[in-house]
Amino acid sequence: MSTELTTNAISASAARSQAVGRFLSRYGILLSFIILVVILSFAHPNFLSSGNLMNVLRQVSINGILAIGMTFVILTGGIDLSIGSVLALTGVVAGSLVTGADPYNPAIAFFAAVGVGALFGAVNGTLIARFSVPAFVVTLGMLSMARGATLLYSNGRPIPNLSPDFRWLGQGFVAGIPVPVIIFAIVFFAAWITLRYTVYGRWIYAVGGNVKSAKTSGIPTRTVIFSAYLLMGALAGLAGMILTARTTSALPQAGLGYELDAIAAVVIGGTSLTGGVGSVVYTLIGALIIGVISNGLDLMGVSSYYQQIIKGAIIVVAVLIDRSRNMNP
Amino acid sequence: MAEPASLGEGKPEQAHHVLVPPASISQTTPDDGAVNDADLLLAATSISKAFAGVPALVDGRIRLKRGSVHALCGGNGAGKSTFLNILMGLHRADAGTVMVKGRVVHYASAAEALADGIAIITQELSPVLDMTVAENIYLGREPRRMGWFADKAKMEADATALFARLGFDIDARVTMRSLSVAKIQLVEIAKAISRESDILIMDEPTSAIGEKEAATLFKAIRSLQDQGVGIIYVSHRLTDIFSIADSYTVFRDGRFIEAGDLANIDRQRLISLIVGRDLRDQEARKSTSTGQSMLSVSGFARHGQFEDISLDLAKGEILGLYGLMGAGRSEFANALYGNEPKDAGTVRIEGKPVEIRSPSDALANGIAIVTEDRKETGLVLTSSVSENVVLAALDQFSKLGFVDGKKVASNVDGQIARFRIRTASRDLPVQSLSGGNQQKVVLARCVETEPKILICDEPTRGIDEGAKREVYAFLSAFAAAGNSVLMISSEIPEILANADRILVFRRGRIAGELEGAKATQEALVHLAS
Repeated sequence: MSTELTTNAISASAARSQAVGRFLSRYGILLSFIILVVILSFAHPNFLSSGNLMNVLRQVSINGILAIGMTFVILTGGIDLSIGSVLALTGVVAGSLVTGADPYNPAIAFFAAVGVGALFGAVNGTLIARFSVPAFVVTLGMLSMARGATLLYSNGRPIPNLSPDFRWLGQGFVAGIPVPVIIFAIVFFAAWITLRYTVYGRWIYAVGGNVKSAKTSGIPTRTVIFSAYLLMGALAGLAGMILTARTTSALPQAGLGYELDAIAAVVIGGTSLTGGVGSVVYTLIGALIIGVISNGLDLMGVSSYYQQIIKGAIIVVAVLIDRSRNMNP
Repeated sequence: MAEPASLGEGKPEQAHHVLVPPASISQTTPDDGAVNDADLLLAATSISKAFAGVPALVDGRIRLKRGSVHALCGGNGAGKSTFLNILMGLHRADAGTVMVKGRVVHYASAAEALADGIAIITQELSPVLDMTVAENIYLGREPRRMGWFADKAKMEADATALFARLGFDIDARVTMRSLSVAKIQLVEIAKAISRESDILIMDEPTSAIGEKEAATLFKAIRSLQDQGVGIIYVSHRLTDIFSIADSYTVFRDGRFIEAGDLANIDRQRLISLIVGRDLRDQEARKSTSTGQSMLSVSGFARHGQFEDISLDLAKGEILGLYGLMGAGRSEFANALYGNEPKDAGTVRIEGKPVEIRSPSDALANGIAIVTEDRKETGLVLTSSVSENVVLAALDQFSKLGFVDGKKVASNVDGQIARFRIRTASRDLPVQSLSGGNQQKVVLARCVETEPKILICDEPTRGIDEGAKREVYAFLSAFAAAGNSVLMISSEIPEILANADRILVFRRGRIAGELEGAKATQEALVHLAS
C-alpha cells in the first residue's frame, strides 16, 4: 500500500516536471521569437512598420513553404537536400512557359512547376522507400542532377520577360496581402490540419517514431515515406514558381543553399532529426525567426557576410538548447 | 512424461542449503574438501547484489578447479548474469568475497579481471563487421610495428595459428560480415581464448551455432581443459552440459542451491534442482477450448530459421509455443503475421484459406501481435499513450481520413481503465510509463483492432509479477470469449500455467506436443534441449 502511494507521488511529481518541460518546449521557441521581435523593434524604428512586416512575410513564404515540406520529410526520419536544385528547375520550367510574345496561362505554369517538382520527389521517394537507399545519398545525388538539368534546360541563361499575369503570383496583392503570403498561409494550414487531425498525419509520426512498430500496426510504411518526398517535391515546385514570379525572370542559379535554410527552420523549431517529434507550427516559428533575423540585420546595415555567421550560430545554439532540455530528465 | 513428484523433492533441498551457515561452505559438497588450494582457480562465497533495493543475487557461490568445466545452471532470474558480471568486474558486489588463484580480489572494471586472467564470452556478439577476422581478434591490442603501425601480417599469422590450434575452420583474412552467425560466435570464442586466460566464462556459447560447430567447440574446450584452464559453462541446454561439463553449480532465485559432480547426478534431478518449487500458485487455468478450428497452419517454412511448422489452434484455446532462444518460435510468429516473408506454408482461418503477405493482411484477417520487444518493435516511444493505443485501428476512429479526437479520447480512456494502465494522462509520452504499463498499452492496441487471434511473443518479459498476473487474466478472458491465443514464452512456469496445450520448438522444428494440464517442466526442458 505504502509503496503504491510513493509510486503515485513520484509519478505525480514526474508529471508536474514533465508539464513544465512541455510548456517550455511548446512555448520556449515562441518566447525566443517574441523577445527577438521586441529587441529588433527597439533597435530599428522601421522594423514594426506594416510595410516592413509584409516584406518579412513575403521573404519568409518561400523558405516557409520549403520548410513545411521538410517537416514532413524529417518527421519520417529522412532528409531532402535536393530541394534547392529542384526549386531552380521548376522555376525555369515555369518561366519558359510564360515568357515571350505568346505566354501560356499562369495556371499551366503552376501545374508544370508543381508537377516537375512532384516528379523529382517521386524519384527520391522511390529510391529511398522502395530500394532503401539512404535519403542523404539519394537527395545529394539529386541535388546535383536537378541543378544540371536546370542549366541544360535554360542553357545556363536567365529566362526574362515573364508575363504580367504570371508575375502577379509573386508580386501581386489580395486585400493588401502579398499573394506569396496567402499561398504560404494556405499551405501552412493544410499541413497543420493534415499532421494534427488526419490518419495520414498519425502515420507520418508513427513511421518516424518507430518504423517497425508502424509496420506491425499495419501501416503502409513505404508508401508513407514515399509520400513525404513526393509532397516535398511538389512544394519545392510551388516555391520555385513563386520565386520566379517574384524575381521577374527565371534564374538557373536560383535556390542555392535553400535546402539548408529549410532544414534550419525545421531544426530551430525543435523537430527531431531522428523523426517522430515535431510540428509545422514550430517550423513556422523557426522560419519566422530566420526571416526576422536577416531582415533586422539588413535594416541595421549588417553585412551579409556577418549575417551568415550569425544565422549559423543561431541554428547551433537552438539545437544545443533543445538537446540540454531533452537530456535533463 | 515425468511425475511432478520430483518437484516435491526440490523443496527440502532448497531449505537445507539456504540454512547452511557461511562457515561450513567448504563442506557443501564432499569433494570440495579434497581440492588443494593450488588447484582452486576461483572461489566466490556469499556474493550478494541488489539493484535499487531489489535483490538480484542473495547468495552466489562457485568453486572452480583448474582443468575443470563447471556448469553454472539456473532458470531466468536465478542470478547467474548478475553473478558473472560481478566476477568480471562489471558490477560490484554488495557483500561476499571473490578469491582468484588464492588472492581476494575486488575488481573495479572488466579490464582488471582480464588482466588477472579471467575472460568471458557473452551471448551478445559485438563484432566489428567490416574488419577482418584477425583484426577483430586483436582489437585494442594490435601487435605494432615501429610503435605506430598495426602489424597486419603478424595479426593474420597469429590468428591463423590460433584457429589451427583450436581446430576452427575459419579464414582469418576475410571480413566478419562474410561469416555466418555460427562462425562469428566461434571467432568471439577464439578471441577470448587468445587472451590466454586461465579462467574462461562461456555464457550460452552454443545458442547461435549448429551441431557441427558445437562439436568443434567442445573439442577446443577439451584441449583447453588439458592445458589447465578452468571453464565456467553457462547454458540452458542440458544435453550440452552433460556432454562437456564435469561439475555443476545450481542457482535459483538468486541463491546457491547445490554443487557437485555431474557424474553423481542425472538429468531429471538436475532439472528439478534448476526448476525448484512449483510456481503454479496462480489458480490453474480451465481450458475454454471449444474444439472448433480457428487457425490452421501447415507446412510453414523459412529456410535457415524454421521448417515444416504445422499447428491447429481452436477457438477459446491458448496454445503455448515453447523453445530455447533461436529455436525459431519468434521467427515463425513474425512470418505468420506477415512481418517477414515465408518460403512455404498455408494458413486457414475458420476453415477458409487466407494469404497473409503483410501485417495489414494479418490485421484484416483478425490477427494481432504483441511483439517480442516492446521498445524495439512494439511501441512508438516518441508518441503519446493515446496515439499508441489507436495506431493500428485508426480507420475505425476516422471519417474521410480525419481522426475523430473525441472518439479516440473516450476509447483510450476506456482502455486505460480496462487494462488499469497507470498514467496521469492519455497524452503523456508512452516513454514515461513503466515496463508493465507499456506492455498493457501494446495489449490495448491489439484489442483495438478487434482480433480473433492474438499472437503474444514473450508477453510478460521484463515486467513485474503483478502486471504479469493482469496480462494472464486478460489472455484468459480473451480466450474465454471464443478467441484464440498463440502464446510464445521461454518462461516455463508461465507457459505451464497459462497454455492449454504446448508445442515445443527445437532448432526450427516442432519437437513435440504436450497437454498443458499434464505437462511438466522436466518434459518441456527435455523436449527443447
